[in-house]
Amino acid sequence: MRDVITVAHLTLVEARRRRIVLAGAVCALAFLLVFSIAVTFAYREMSGDKSVSFVERQGTLTAIKLVGFLAANFLSVIFAILLPVDTLSGEIDSGVIQTLASKPIDRAQIVLGKWAGHLLLALAYLLMLSTGILVVIRVVGGLPPTGVTQALPLLMLEVTLSLTIAVAGGARFSTVTNAIMAVGFYGVAFIGGFIEQIGGFTGITSMRTIGILVSLVSPADSMWRLAAHHMEPEIARSTGMLALGASVPSPLMVWWAAGFTVAALMYAIRTFRRRAL
Amino acid sequence: MIETHGLHKRFGSTVAVEDLSLQVGEGEIFGFLGPNGAGKTTSIKMLLALVAPSSGTGRVLGAPIGNRAARARVGFLPEHFRFHESLTAIELLRFHGRLYGLRGAPLEGRIDRLLSRVDLVDAADRPLRGYSKGMLQRVGLAQSLLNDPRLVFLDEPTSGLDPLGRLLVRSIIEELRADGVTVFLNSHLLGEVEATCDRVVFVKRGRIVGERRLSAPAEIVELELRVGAAGPAILEGLSRFGTNITRPQPDVIELRTGTEAAVPMIVSWLVQQGVPVHAVQPRRKSLEDVFLDVMGEDERPG
Repeated sequence: MRDVITVAHLTLVEARRRRIVLAGAVCALAFLLVFSIAVTFAYREMSGDKSVSFVERQGTLTAIKLVGFLAANFLSVIFAILLPVDTLSGEIDSGVIQTLASKPIDRAQIVLGKWAGHLLLALAYLLMLSTGILVVIRVVGGLPPTGVTQALPLLMLEVTLSLTIAVAGGARFSTVTNAIMAVGFYGVAFIGGFIEQIGGFTGITSMRTIGILVSLVSPADSMWRLAAHHMEPEIARSTGMLALGASVPSPLMVWWAAGFTVAALMYAIRTFRRRAL
Repeated sequence: MIETHGLHKRFGSTVAVEDLSLQVGEGEIFGFLGPNGAGKTTSIKMLLALVAPSSGTGRVLGAPIGNRAARARVGFLPEHFRFHESLTAIELLRFHGRLYGLRGAPLEGRIDRLLSRVDLVDAADRPLRGYSKGMLQRVGLAQSLLNDPRLVFLDEPTSGLDPLGRLLVRSIIEELRADGVTVFLNSHLLGEVEATCDRVVFVKRGRIVGERRLSAPAEIVELELRVGAAGPAILEGLSRFGTNITRPQPDVIELRTGTEAAVPMIVSWLVQQGVPVHAVQPRRKSLEDVFLDVMGEDERPG
């Protein structure tokens, strides 16, 4: 465990020195700035318009919040994929890993240390964006957070899964191939989610079934849809008014995604242990 | 210290190492020579468990290859040492020291001594990205000695070093020898190997094709004797000491002997025969000559 912490610490130091932390923080603040300006102007306009009822205003603010989370979730997943994409493959190519792997540590500890270090950063990025969205919506619009305690762990699981896929790919493929495959993996989940939503909204069963099958192959996006479902107000959830509730993934998908993450991590360890360095 | 039997490595259809069977004793400075592509680096990687052999067995420090306890007493300087460029030399050494289980004052003390030994004290707080190739190699050498190893693998340790840097490496190897540390040296610089190693093996196309003990007297010595008047009987008499006896000039005799130990006997015999000996010039075969002989004419530059 001590060696895992040592490698994770090196990963964090390296991320800070390469200005990854700074770049992430600046981009997150820019995102939140744009989001807060949009929410402020939308709220002022709605408040000044007597024809907009309180319920309509709350509904619009909820929709803005969910769109904010949709963007934050997308950015966090991309951050989680790109952050560790070269952590193993890049160090194998450059020969850096030889010095590390010749030390008296198990290769699994190298993988776990790098995984843990990058995961801390990716989750910090997600939590920064999520907290910012909730604070802006609460302070500017007065909208209380709904279902956040259920939604945030799901978004964290999605980020963890995406990051683990990128780490696992890095143990097997070159950096560019890994990036293409990890983004592609998320893209498949993304389009699968859309197909399932449209199927649910229009009642086309075959589309919904295809979407569910795609979610089984690539379960990342289903975590977002489940999280979004939890963040919708009860009235929207029951009526499907915001469309995000049109096809809600089964709670069993959480276990599937968690199992998928563990399996991907095991694959990364097994592949890296066997890899010629 | 190292014992391998038939280590073989194949990458797809390419055979990198055909048959590595060798023994390296404790405290030995062992040279591993061969042209590019002979399988030297892959052999070192197999011994360090960075590459799994396709077949064969081996033991390092008495334990099967890859054993973690044994690796804790092994140091390694890879060819073209690289590490995270944003780290300083002190941070790099601290990180690697922790992986060896070192902490606190003992680690800091060891880092200070090693930085001083490789002459990097002034640059210790600078990021590696600003280091020259030679400085990187020297900090790599320092990390390979952090754990006070009993066995050190040096893969082209003088790569990128200037003459002063090479002298530094040579003196560190001498210190390791004095401490009884075994050194496994892979180098293209035959002069350096000749100056530091006790024994060398020659690797060709993944197979050991020759061996030479450098610390022992040369097995074949060519002698040039500058002498006074000597008749045909003298030349005939010299045949008991060696072969290929020629007389290129009236006052010069050349011959080949089996050992350097024969030189005093030859001089003594000539004097007894009344032949004045003005000079004796033994011409020992250089490692480069031996290397070229062993590799043969069919070997091409890698």
